[in-house]
Amino acid sequence: MKPRFLRFWMAQVALAPAWLIVIFAYIGTILWTIQISFTSSKVFPVSNYVGFSQYTRLFGSERWIISVQNLAIFGLIFIVGCLILGFLLAVFLDQRIRAESVFRTIFLYPYALSFIVTGLVWQWTLNPTLGVQQTVRNWGWESFTFDWLSRGDRAIYVIALAGMWQASGLVMAILLAGLRGVDGELWKAAKVDGIPTWRVYVHIVIPILTPMFVTATVLLATAVVKVYDLVVALTNGGPGISTEVPAKFVIEYLFQRQNLGLATAASTVMMITVLCVLAPWLYVQYFRKPRSAH
Amino acid sequence: MASLTANAHVEPSGPRPKRIGPGRYGVYAFLIISALFFLIPLYVMIVTSLKPMDEIRMGNLFALPGSPSFDAWIKAWSQACTGLNCEGIHVGMLNSIKILIPSVILSIAVGSVTGYALSFWRPKGANILFAILLLGAFIPYQVFLYPLVRILSMVSLYNSIPGVVFVHTIFGLPLMTLLFRNFYAGIPIDLFKAARVDGGGFWAIFLRLMLPLSTPIIVVAAILQITGIWNDFLFGLIFAGRENFPMTVQLNNVVNSSFGEKEYNVNMAATILTALVPLFVYFVSGRWFVRGIASGAVKG
Repeated sequence: MKPRFLRFWMAQVALAPAWLIVIFAYIGTILWTIQISFTSSKVFPVSNYVGFSQYTRLFGSERWIISVQNLAIFGLIFIVGCLILGFLLAVFLDQRIRAESVFRTIFLYPYALSFIVTGLVWQWTLNPTLGVQQTVRNWGWESFTFDWLSRGDRAIYVIALAGMWQASGLVMAILLAGLRGVDGELWKAAKVDGIPTWRVYVHIVIPILTPMFVTATVLLATAVVKVYDLVVALTNGGPGISTEVPAKFVIEYLFQRQNLGLATAASTVMMITVLCVLAPWLYVQYFRKPRSAH
Repeated sequence: MASLTANAHVEPSGPRPKRIGPGRYGVYAFLIISALFFLIPLYVMIVTSLKPMDEIRMGNLFALPGSPSFDAWIKAWSQACTGLNCEGIHVGMLNSIKILIPSVILSIAVGSVTGYALSFWRPKGANILFAILLLGAFIPYQVFLYPLVRILSMVSLYNSIPGVVFVHTIFGLPLMTLLFRNFYAGIPIDLFKAARVDGGGFWAIFLRLMLPLSTPIIVVAAILQITGIWNDFLFGLIFAGRENFPMTVQLNNVVNSSFGEKEYNVNMAATILTALVPLFVYFVSGRWFVRGIASGAVKG
């Protein structure tokens, strides 16, 4: 018998593109980025090693600190908001209602739209001089105020709202599939025992749906770290720097402010944070129980 | 769904649950209010695009247009200014199509072969490759960007459509591989073994056995990639170059350009035009779209 490598040589050839991408486009670029982050590179990468000074500068930068805080606020409201709204939508849709597919279609369509489109639509709807605020004033409520988009301390909540509008339908779709998989016997048994519906949901159904909640949370969290276009379209980081986010910070310092050292340090911090959160989950999900070998 | 309806005919032995009543109205009230929350932006977008500017200045967002016209749509399509040139959003649409078609085909081709090799053949190192690909799906793009710009410049692909296509293929690989690997994991191994006994090689089994079986997952993958690539902003902005900006980038330039009075009707028309392709895919594919996002929901 030929050695395993030779036996599967064609499989190795077929995997060559994937290996090339992994080695050069993933690992190589990551190492390169980390290397730049330890230099004093400005417009062009240079190779004088400056230790952790870019990282010190990064965490001394008000813009970065605000970006991280905004990401935390946005992420918390966005994830929790999407999970709650998505769960409620799924539960209410699961009550054998009329026109279920119409509602389902309405709740999910924003997910097909890009963050750019989402951002622009909400920017227009909540425009303080022409949008909802002005409309309500025209209706006769002269003092009505909803100008969060132009307020530095509130605009990040509008971004979270727009994000929820876009992604709640995703959570609904995932959880609805989960609810449809719940055994009908369970509901009958609960009814026999006279347990109120809400308690069945809280104590039995939600635990059953845990894997779906985890999946949804992972998907939403990935979107949180990547959030860039939504902010660009909705506020472009403003007013001032009040809605900056890390992804935007990096792109700006890479391509407009020409500070490679600082930008790569920031992106390295982003990556390490994500890896720390993900590694345990990926391990549990994929590698603890290996599939039986063919 | 079918099983639930079937169960409805079985009388539970306990006290009959109250089905019709105030609770029922509550259910519908919640669903209708939620539907309004999801529909209002779409309504505002459409209504605004059909109004002339002086009607918009009166500031009634929800009012129906007095005399609806498609002037703003025509202007958005052929005259709106994106930065310096004023050729309308249709330039971006053409660019988006030129980026989309090769990106979808290439990423599915590489992803399906990789998924197939990983699930049936599992050559040496397959697990490592799979682990890195999985991690790659979650790592923020910011870490890859600058070196990729440099690499693509070295091979003269930076600021070109092949360059963006390449980037979409690179970053589509984890999801595509996962999708196909999971799909092939569900195909009975005996089928594969039988093909091996019959003397089928790597490519023969892939092309003549697996690919014909893969139609459903190819549809799902195509839906995911079409919406994802069409909606992309970041890669188009960084890798395409000014001449080749996709529609999303041009749309943002139209709306957020700082000079002159903002023509909200034109902006909204341009926004709708940009959203048309993913919306079309969503409405046409229906359940497949849901299946796509559920499969995209990284599960093993």
